[in-house]
Amino acid sequence: MMRLPRFEFRSPRTIEEAAMLLAEAPAHTMILAGGTDLLPNMKRRQQMPKRLVGLREIQGLRSVQHAGGLTIGAGVTLTSIVRDDRLKHECAGLWQSAAQIATPHLRNMGTIGGNLCLDTRCTYYDQSLEWRQAIGYCMKKDGETCWVATSSPKCLAVSSTDTAPMLQALGARVRLVSAAGDRTIGVEDLYQNDGMHYLTRRPDEILTSIEVPDQTGWRSAYWKLRRRGSFDFPVASVAAAIKFDARGRILDARVVLGAVASRPMTSLKAGTRLVGDGGQTPSDDLIAATADAAYDVAKPMDNTDYGLVWRKRMVKALVSYALRELRGDDVSELRLKIARQVL
Amino acid sequence: MTPAAKMNIIGHARRRVDGRAKVTGQTRFADDLDLPRMLAGKLLRSSVPHARIVRIDTSKAEAYAGVHLVLTGKTFPIPYGVLPVSHDEHALCPDKVRFVGDPVAAVIAADEATASAALALIDVEYETLRTLASPDDSLTHAEPRIHDYGDEGNIHKRVSLQFGDVDAALGDADEVFDDVFFFEGNTHLPIEQHACVAVKDPDGKLVLYSSTQTPHYVHLALAKALAIPAAHIRVIATPNGGGFGGKSDPFNHEIVAAKAALMLDRPVKFTLTREEVFYCHRGRHPVLMRFRTGVKKDGSITAVDLQTLLDGGAYGSYGVASTFYTGALQTVTYNIPRYRFRGCRVFTNKPPCGPKRGHGTPQSRFGQEVQLDKIAERLSIDPADLRLRIVAPPDSLTANFLRIGTIGLAECIRTVTKRSGWHDKHGKLPLGRGLGLACSSYLSGAGLPINWNDLPQSGVQLKLDRSGGVTAFSGATEIGQGSDDVLVGIVAEILGIDPHDIRAVTGDTDLTPVDLGSYSSRVTLMMGNAAVQAATRARDILAEAVSGKLDVPKDRLVFAGRRVFDAGNPSAGLTFREAVAVAEAKFGTIGTTGSYTPKKPAAKFKGGGVGPSPTYSYSAAVVEVEVDPDTGWITVPRVWIAHDVGRALNPTLVRGQVEGGVYMGLGEALMEEMAYRRLPPKLSHALVHKFPSILEYKSPTSLDMPEIFTDLIEHPDPAGPFGAKEVGQGPLLPMMPAVANAVFDAVGVRIDEIPITPEKILQALAAKRAGKPARYGPAAFPDIAWPPALLVAPPWEGGDGTASNEPARKSKPQAEKNAAEARGVRA
Repeated sequence: MMRLPRFEFRSPRTIEEAAMLLAEAPAHTMILAGGTDLLPNMKRRQQMPKRLVGLREIQGLRSVQHAGGLTIGAGVTLTSIVRDDRLKHECAGLWQSAAQIATPHLRNMGTIGGNLCLDTRCTYYDQSLEWRQAIGYCMKKDGETCWVATSSPKCLAVSSTDTAPMLQALGARVRLVSAAGDRTIGVEDLYQNDGMHYLTRRPDEILTSIEVPDQTGWRSAYWKLRRRGSFDFPVASVAAAIKFDARGRILDARVVLGAVASRPMTSLKAGTRLVGDGGQTPSDDLIAATADAAYDVAKPMDNTDYGLVWRKRMVKALVSYALRELRGDDVSELRLKIARQVL
Repeated sequence: MTPAAKMNIIGHARRRVDGRAKVTGQTRFADDLDLPRMLAGKLLRSSVPHARIVRIDTSKAEAYAGVHLVLTGKTFPIPYGVLPVSHDEHALCPDKVRFVGDPVAAVIAADEATASAALALIDVEYETLRTLASPDDSLTHAEPRIHDYGDEGNIHKRVSLQFGDVDAALGDADEVFDDVFFFEGNTHLPIEQHACVAVKDPDGKLVLYSSTQTPHYVHLALAKALAIPAAHIRVIATPNGGGFGGKSDPFNHEIVAAKAALMLDRPVKFTLTREEVFYCHRGRHPVLMRFRTGVKKDGSITAVDLQTLLDGGAYGSYGVASTFYTGALQTVTYNIPRYRFRGCRVFTNKPPCGPKRGHGTPQSRFGQEVQLDKIAERLSIDPADLRLRIVAPPDSLTANFLRIGTIGLAECIRTVTKRSGWHDKHGKLPLGRGLGLACSSYLSGAGLPINWNDLPQSGVQLKLDRSGGVTAFSGATEIGQGSDDVLVGIVAEILGIDPHDIRAVTGDTDLTPVDLGSYSSRVTLMMGNAAVQAATRARDILAEAVSGKLDVPKDRLVFAGRRVFDAGNPSAGLTFREAVAVAEAKFGTIGTTGSYTPKKPAAKFKGGGVGPSPTYSYSAAVVEVEVDPDTGWITVPRVWIAHDVGRALNPTLVRGQVEGGVYMGLGEALMEEMAYRRLPPKLSHALVHKFPSILEYKSPTSLDMPEIFTDLIEHPDPAGPFGAKEVGQGPLLPMMPAVANAVFDAVGVRIDEIPITPEKILQALAAKRAGKPARYGPAAFPDIAWPPALLVAPPWEGGDGTASNEPARKSKPQAEKNAAEARGVRA
């Protein structure tokens, strides 16, 4: 089997202690928050931290607080989120995104904080050391060239987190704590469109919690495209949130695309189109126009499962599915076909 | 055995005998073995696709703490391979590497981590050679040659056979259909990765435990490659966590482990990573094929002219047989009076292809069944009715001299069409929904062994003693298919005891008689017949003794319910244990043997050795699909399948095999592919497997499975034990073409290529809208310089199974008998 490289493991009891451990050697330390992404990457020598700081023993990172909005500890497992009926009721899109991550076994280990910090993925990168040696490595690790587009000056690895696009659409914020202090930023500011430097989190910072604003009046939905009903990372996804008034008219809207760039991409045009001059309802025409608008932002490359032309085309379909669900259409049959499960 | 006797075991759905160990996690697979002083081995694999090895420096690895041994190709000068005609592999490459993943060195160390670390210290200098990435490359470039043997340049094998005047028959047809299809390669994906442990016995002999389907062939390969007498080697096949053909070759790690254990006098274990399993591969060949089929207006076929081109990868493996199999079984399913087959296998710088469930036949089965659907559509005949008109006759010889036994194909077709509501639905569902039908047939064991000889293909030995215990010894290998259960089920039925009373000792070349292995769907039929013979002999011994003891004629004795008793007076009898004791007292220690050798095939021409089987299984399937015309998204909600198994010995296992075949077939139909990346040639010579991982090699999950309606068609075949035929491979075959045909019914486009993906469906729909042919698939079949065909007249044209233009290899006593057999049936 593939073996882990040697590393030092620390399991602090407090955030302060964890922050201190990180501050000692931020460039050589990584945070373990479930390990379903990091440990396989380490086996493939994509990441070789000298020290791992596990968050599991830290009190207070594993709870969900409902008070107005939601405050979710970064250490809350994806399974806990999927089992949280109140969260499902208040924030359907977030629940749908968590429920479609990986497999039940992996959700038992994986955490929401870990999912937000998930390494970007690429078919030239998520490979063993020996495989990467056979292609002369790539820009993201040990090499010079981005094999996805050999003239590209930057890495084109794909943002593959399911919760990030949804949390971005929900207007969520994350708290980052370091030995030097803490700050809270919007999820949209946590990411940048660069496959290597996809997080704005500094190496000495720990993502400790996620704050989701009060969802009163909002409805949200998440649609994920992948080959199979379980297991797979997204090859395109759509997170949509719409605030309706009592008569079903759109007051505010956000549409975010996942897995079509190195970060979750907000389609401002789609949001603007939905809100319009105010007071629109999501008619078939409006949904079609919004899907067309969102399609522009998607820039899939040839580095995931499926072909890029079809993935881009599917963005349009996914946007329309999400908006129809938010409008109140019965999409259960469609869900069964796309997700192989009713969500 | 009295045929009319009521069966107590056979035909009853039972818990398999190895089930408890498996569900409680107590089955010991090869990687579970942990022996005292055991060392771990790892292979250094080539990082370049095609190169000469200039120099290997292992000094740093040898000096690394914890390393016991470093080996390179110079320790393994003798080549081996599973087929006698393709001994082209070395345990470690001596002078040249042929694909990324080809092993060049090995480290044996205290543990895996140490061995892995030491691998990185081995310095290999390569002189790279042109990368041959595709059959086009290999047909275009004769140099550099990947191997210095084969038919020509990088062509491994070309075969050409003709049965009757095909051109004339195509000329007589009302219409000739000419279609090109492509079937992408895919792999076995057993959940258990290959593993082995080699041990030097205290007496100096070699023992190898390995997750292999073919301990006998590993035995032969070890003897050859290590130049030690076979009698000094013991191979034990551990239970396999799935095989599907991927553990049927001798593998590098097995030979290296054996050599290292002998050199170090310590146990050595290799457990491959999933990535390494992709490099071992031996899976489905990518096949480009062209079918030209002549038909009359009533749908009858006048002739088929088939060409296939196989991408063999870097080594021979079973490839010569695979090539013949792409053209062997077309005639076993449908009545094809004249037939021409030409097949070509090329070498490329990729992991070698070989046998995967269906071995060589699914690719051309796909082409044939999709083409039949096209023929039915053009002639306005219902696809099910068309097939019913042309089903091959039972007890007949085909144009290429395969001997068909029982054939339940028509009943399979009628069953699935009835159960699925075919006649109410096909062609009548709304846009986006469709039904597709396809059929197939498969071998119940290859009629000829790989190493041509007159020896039995399977042997079974029984030991009975006064405890009432029975031990059944067989060389067959339990790979999850249930062969241990088949063995003890048959013995239990004949001796009138419970399967759980019997201990099965299997797959051990020291303890068990030879069985050629768990491949080619041969075990139930061949091991089963040997078991019937051994058990019948044991029963005769017991009957003789009990008859004397009870003073009851032998033929009145019944063996049932762990008793031996008088049929006329059931209360008069002995327990089975008493019966054995009586027999042991009378005859001494009781042991019997049974063996099975298939009948000689009717085909005498060169190449006629691939295709014959004691009998063939048949399947028909209807698949329902839903296709979204806007996105191409395809789902399969329901599958109906009927399989002619002759007789289901344990219906639980048979249904499991049918459903497993449906699962694997759907994976091939919809998503599985061995895809490769060729980096831009200006920048790199790299050619790598696109994603050798179980995450990104897509195979369906349980959530993706449809509802399956399975029917077993049972008409006992005289060739099989209790009438049983194969079930391990046949039911997979109709799935791929049935899906393609269903897509056509749903959205009116032909996908002439496997796998069928949403992207391909959309492209076909776009082509249709643009007024182009409403299909997605390969455009043309390349020109290949075929050798002159061997000319063999079909039985009904006076043929005797020999080729008229081949130097006589044998006399022709069979000729008249064959002609008579064919005439009798076809009259």
